Amino acid sequence: MNKNIVMSVLLVAMLAACSSKAVKETPQAAVEDKSPAVSQTTGGNETATSGVSDSSLSSNPLTDPNNILSKRSVYFDYDSDAIKAEFRPLVEAHAQYLNSHNNAKVFLQGNTDDRGTREYNLSLGQRRAVAVKKALNLLGVKDAQIETVSFGKEKANGACSSDSCWQQDRRVELQYQGE
Amino acid sequence: MNKLRTFLRFLVFFLPFTAHADLTVEIVGGAAQQIPIAVVPFAQQTPVSGQRDTIANVIGADLRRSGLFRVLETRGVANQPSDVSQVSYSDWAAIQAQALTIGSVETLPGNRLKVSFRLLDVYKQTQLVGMEYNITPAQLRMTAHKIADVIYQKLTGEQGVFATRIAYVSKSGGRYALQVADSDGYNPQTVVSSVEPIISPVWSPDGTKLAYVSFEKKKPIIYVQSLVSGQRTVLANFKGNNSAPSWSPDGKRLAIVLTYAANSQIYAINADGTGLQQLTRTSAIDTEPVWSPDGRYIYFTSDRGGSPQVYRMPSSGGEASRMTFDGGYIVSPRISPDGKLLAYVRRDGGQFKVAVQDLQSGQVQVLSNGAKDESPSFAPNGRMILHATRVGSRGTLAAVSADGKVKQRLTESSGDVREPAWGPVVNQ
Repeated sequence: MNKNIVMSVLLVAMLAACSSKAVKETPQAAVEDKSPAVSQTTGGNETATSGVSDSSLSSNPLTDPNNILSKRSVYFDYDSDAIKAEFRPLVEAHAQYLNSHNNAKVFLQGNTDDRGTREYNLSLGQRRAVAVKKALNLLGVKDAQIETVSFGKEKANGACSSDSCWQQDRRVELQYQGE
Repeated sequence: MNKLRTFLRFLVFFLPFTAHADLTVEIVGGAAQQIPIAVVPFAQQTPVSGQRDTIANVIGADLRRSGLFRVLETRGVANQPSDVSQVSYSDWAAIQAQALTIGSVETLPGNRLKVSFRLLDVYKQTQLVGMEYNITPAQLRMTAHKIADVIYQKLTGEQGVFATRIAYVSKSGGRYALQVADSDGYNPQTVVSSVEPIISPVWSPDGTKLAYVSFEKKKPIIYVQSLVSGQRTVLANFKGNNSAPSWSPDGKRLAIVLTYAANSQIYAINADGTGLQQLTRTSAIDTEPVWSPDGRYIYFTSDRGGSPQVYRMPSSGGEASRMTFDGGYIVSPRISPDGKLLAYVRRDGGQFKVAVQDLQSGQVQVLSNGAKDESPSFAPNGRMILHATRVGSRGTLAAVSADGKVKQRLTESSGDVREPAWGPVVNQ
């Protein structure tokens, strides 16, 4: 019995140590981050909690390869920010997840192919991220759960010379906070 | 001088040093009319290995690289003067030298050197200029650049920019490093490095700081870093993207690009991160702001007309007017230091090239000949434009004169180089 209490105390202490570590980064982020929408969130705890409460203990729907939520890339045509029909189910599934997990937060990371200049491609990647955000908004997801960012062409494959190759780079990736 | 000395000492102790390959500069073309000049190796009281040749070699290489000089071979000439009294002008007239540089390096107590030089007019047999520098041995190369600047100014009438530095981003083994090197590519030092991309470095007008965009927190955030102390601060970390910083000419404010949850829009912010002000309000992309040298305007890229073009608005915001009409894709505007030329990147049949537009006449000249050229950056005297280019699949740097006549290629022996920014002339 006593042993158990000691163990629990130790566990709590360890968890506290962990969370204090996690919290440590938050004020720093809040200081740097002047956007109220972002500073409201409290770190990566939510995703971990929702993963457990959601489904069978063994699998997180976000990472379960059999779940559509594990699919995270929306691909685009050249010079386009239109979401193609084949990606509707993916966007709808993530909207549903975000609507049922109010603490979950998703980063929409826009990307372009290697053609064009860095800063302008950053803006083009952002436009694609905004297109996915608008689709999520229409499905009821709140702005506070979404942050649109862009990597422009920074992650693009510089060795491409055909559209089948470039197409892989023209995408928005969905990444949940804490992943 | 003392300032420079302090500065160099700080660089040595406060910046995280990484050994990096020097950039090598190769001249691809030159001006039609080159001034023939002879640079005699500097005499040395107590020879220290390498130093005697360093000065004359650096001066010669600088002048040659500008494309405006023909630097003559001096080894075959019997007369090797280090003082005016020793000059035999007929020897130098015989090899068609128009100008002659001579000088000496004297060792002073306390590990200091006195560098003296004179620039002589061979035909008139007169001195054009003479100067002395009291330096530490570590300042030898920079002193040679300063002498080259004096010679350049005297003989061309333009300000010399050899004693300046350049910033660029190198990518090697999956790591990005923001680096600062002398204008000839020597002495590269790492300012910051990351496994995530670093883009858009820009120099503060006084040359003591760099603003840049780093993705190290998995999103673009703008930092300002002191080159004196190495200390850095977050300039902008708002929701969404923070990118495309540009300093106002007085160094007090920066134009930046934020997105929050929508398309890129231009804002201004104080250099300490306070006083955010929105300058554009459109549903289009507005990005890549740059201040005009007089501080009155901000030039920027916008696709409000359907395709990306360069626009101009008052630096306090307000109505914008379109500046470019030629071509379907014109981005990355930069203004020459005299405010007369607009350089940008233009898409031409699937290729991206640096072009320059005369703001008065509207005349456009394509300057670069790569297929993926970007990030133009004017030299502080406006004569050359440094830009990123590709050789094969590797990024490298190139420079082209604003009239298109002189071309240089700057290559690093390993890795990939991009995002160049030419630093200002700093008075010491």
